[in-house]
Amino acid sequence: METPISQHNGEAFVAELKQCANLLVSKLQNDDFEDASALIHSLVEVRDRHIFNSVGQLTRALHDAIVNFNVDASVHGKADMVPSQIRDASDRLQYVISMTQEAAEKTMDRVEASAPIAMSLGQEAAILRKEWEKLRRREISKTEFSGLYDRMSDFLEQMNVGAEQLNGHLQAIILEQGFQDLTGQVLKKVIGLVTNVEKELVNLMRIAGQVEEVTGLDVRAEAKEVQVVNRTDAEGPQIHAAKRDDVVQGQDDVDDLLSSLGF
Amino acid sequence: MKILIVDDFSTMRRIIKNLLRDLGFTNTHEADDGVTALPMLRSGDFAFLVTDWNMPGMTGINLLKEVRADPKLVALPVLMVTAEAKRDQIIEAAQAGVNGYVVKPFTAQVLKEKIDKIFERVGG
Repeated sequence: METPISQHNGEAFVAELKQCANLLVSKLQNDDFEDASALIHSLVEVRDRHIFNSVGQLTRALHDAIVNFNVDASVHGKADMVPSQIRDASDRLQYVISMTQEAAEKTMDRVEASAPIAMSLGQEAAILRKEWEKLRRREISKTEFSGLYDRMSDFLEQMNVGAEQLNGHLQAIILEQGFQDLTGQVLKKVIGLVTNVEKELVNLMRIAGQVEEVTGLDVRAEAKEVQVVNRTDAEGPQIHAAKRDDVVQGQDDVDDLLSSLGF
Repeated sequence: MKILIVDDFSTMRRIIKNLLRDLGFTNTHEADDGVTALPMLRSGDFAFLVTDWNMPGMTGINLLKEVRADPKLVALPVLMVTAEAKRDQIIEAAQAGVNGYVVKPFTAQVLKEKIDKIFERVGG
């Protein structure tokens, strides 16, 4: 979006101002008050026109910015229910939450299903190993041997089935990691949107700043309200922990801090 | 030993539950924020509380303060497991009477260490 108050417009305004000012001085020096008053009137007019132009351009830019936030409207169909890109971004982020949750749940399901298989195979193997040692030392009776014989056969079958099941679970866990790719793409889109919105806002600020300059308004003084940040408000995971010195770098820092407090 | 796990993310509750089970603690219960956790703590005979910090409703730090203000729960061991990593927050938790503080992401080893340490101190 490129509709700032044109440089040309501003220069023309300044040139006109200067010209009028010079004329005004000479009229006043010649005691030509009637013409001087007319000049002042036209000066005000020039200024007003410039303000109107600026406000017009600001309005246009604002309109464009709002339209740009809404480019996805057609995708969602209904014209009466126009979802903004911001709304769309919230939906996307919501999707990231549910996708990561689902992936975590499914992965844990698979691990929880695998653990008992591995455990029972391990236990059976430990028992058989003891029996096998007895056999090797020839400390085994004929009936014991017959039992071991059957048990070994069963175990090999269990092993076969169990290994297949474990393999299946492991493959499923690998597949489940696809969430990283999918959520990554969605997050990149949202980052793109945030960057765009920022650009639009900066542009609006710039134009608004020009209007303020022309009208002589200065809102900067009142706009700067001190943002009170409670130092212990919850912030969630730190993404720039290394760049902040009010944040610990890991569990070791936590432990050091706590032990310095007498923990 | 009856343990209450408080976190607004069910996956995190499940992870902690699994880790605790590996450590031999099988009697675990869950709540998704301080508002649901507090009545459970008051009416149940919980011996240990594991809580997140950042939760809707009632945060973990406020839950900790409520617990310490309740004569029945004042001595309940509390482990904070949270992504909140500011020094001021850790100091506030310590001053509010937390027994251990683990920052996410954490390992099974760290969780075990902190829990062992808490029971060592509480027991001895």
